[in-house]
Amino acid sequence: MAVNQAKPIKDLGEVRKLIKEHKRNDFIFAAVGMFVIASLTITLVILFLDLFFDGYPRFGIDFFTSYPSRKAIQAGILSAWVGSSLVLLVTFLVAVPLGIAAGVYLEEYAKKNWLSDLIEINVSNLAGVPSIIYGLLALGLFVYSFDLGQSILTAGLTLALLMLPIVIVSTREAIRAIPVHIREAAFAVGATKWQVVLNHVIPYSYGGILTGVIIGMARAIGETAPVITIGALTFIAFLPPSPVGAEIPFVNFDWLESGFTVLPIQMFNWISRPQYEFHVNAAAVGAVIIILTAIMNGFAIKLRYNVRKKIKW
Amino acid sequence: MVARKKHNEIIKAESKNLNFFYADGTQALKGINLPVYENKITALIGPSGCGKSTYLRSFNRMHDLYPGNRYEGEIILYPDNTNILEKKVDPIEVRMRISMVFQKPNPFPKSIYENVAYGLRVRGERNKRVLDDKVEEALKGASLWGEVSERLHDLAFNLSGGQQQRLCIARALATEPEIMLFDEPTSALDPIATVNIEELMSELKKKLSILIVTHNMQQAARISDYTAYMYLGELIEHDLTDKIFTNPSKKETEDYITGKFG
Repeated sequence: MAVNQAKPIKDLGEVRKLIKEHKRNDFIFAAVGMFVIASLTITLVILFLDLFFDGYPRFGIDFFTSYPSRKAIQAGILSAWVGSSLVLLVTFLVAVPLGIAAGVYLEEYAKKNWLSDLIEINVSNLAGVPSIIYGLLALGLFVYSFDLGQSILTAGLTLALLMLPIVIVSTREAIRAIPVHIREAAFAVGATKWQVVLNHVIPYSYGGILTGVIIGMARAIGETAPVITIGALTFIAFLPPSPVGAEIPFVNFDWLESGFTVLPIQMFNWISRPQYEFHVNAAAVGAVIIILTAIMNGFAIKLRYNVRKKIKW
Repeated sequence: MVARKKHNEIIKAESKNLNFFYADGTQALKGINLPVYENKITALIGPSGCGKSTYLRSFNRMHDLYPGNRYEGEIILYPDNTNILEKKVDPIEVRMRISMVFQKPNPFPKSIYENVAYGLRVRGERNKRVLDDKVEEALKGASLWGEVSERLHDLAFNLSGGQQQRLCIARALATEPEIMLFDEPTSALDPIATVNIEELMSELKKKLSILIVTHNMQQAARISDYTAYMYLGELIEHDLTDKIFTNPSKKETEDYITGKFG
């Protein structure tokens, strides 16, 4: 009995050739992408390792618990990391509520017209303004006009200005990612705008918002120019008054008015010394800053991952 | 011709000369006069873009969420004779009386319990016992209780598509609405889930009035008491479902029903 066989397609060979050609484009793109990513990663790793090994002799408890000193080997970054932490605390407390509020307002409440367009363009542009400009603004506004002095408060506010556009933009992006049908569902049961914002918009977008906050903080921690502009000290051998006290009311705000220094300024200061020993210190601070930034970014990625796992649209 | 007695029904709501304009100026509804009868299912059918969803969404003022949209005419809600399209009537008040189930199941990314309780929370209910009772009642009403009673605090996303849609029905039901709107509620579901939802709607109409948009004519024929055929923003014909599907009085309706058009 003759078995009927399906006729082979005439140009099967040509189809295969075509697929092969198209796949070559896949390969070329993947290779280019791989090269770019690899070169970026390798640059960062080399930079970090260089700093790390240069500064290696200085790593130890003493480095974190000593004040700067005229003798490089005794110098530490106590005042710098405490100063950085306090400045970032102010920055966080100012930029996060303001930034989220502004983002939510622009996205949920503001009428879409030429004014809101103008604000949108402005906010996006602010994210790209060189940081020294913020320093000059802060010097004129906070230091001279508001008379806040060359203090932690001034530095915190300045860095908050720098961070605000990042928080606003990421808040708006995160809110826009909420699907229309979820938003409509909330309105359809009779929720007001504020209930929708509080119960839905912010909870569903907080992964994206937090990412923006942490990226903003990571930028703020490394900023040098604006902090120098407002007159941060470069050599400082005391700590600001502690924000937490033993007596009622347990908190005091004197630290806000204190002089201070921050990690990148400490690094800048040491690197401008002629002695080689201080360059070792500078490398060590540099490594510390990179590690801190990496930890914060890692934290952001983890948070985003946790939120994504819970919310699938 | 013998006039069928259909007006011994109680009218729950009624649109009077309803026009609707989107922000870009296109007129999506043209002078629609249509009653929604109490404890009946009214189905809206018609080809894509005929305005049936636009009409449905006018009933809970969904169009107000987007600036520039404009209504003309009235939708009167009985027995209080409220024109729910009037500017001075708050859309939130309307949505508290008329609830909606959407085309795609759209539970909140929260627990099953919180999804159903949300409408009650929005209305200021804080008493845990009352919430528990009403959530249970709504889930039973949506014939979902048996499947989820053991896992009320699981995420709603872990439910199947059909279960999610019944959850959305429970959410819309928990607030004891007078009218429920269904916008193609089964178009994203498989046949078995579809049958469940259809049976559910027939059960629900004992308690409230239902307005449903469907692109599935068999569905309209199966579940609705009245059917309205719309085309290009106009109401072509509205009658008892039996009459529409067996003996429509307009040629256009017949063409659409029989598949010659659309």
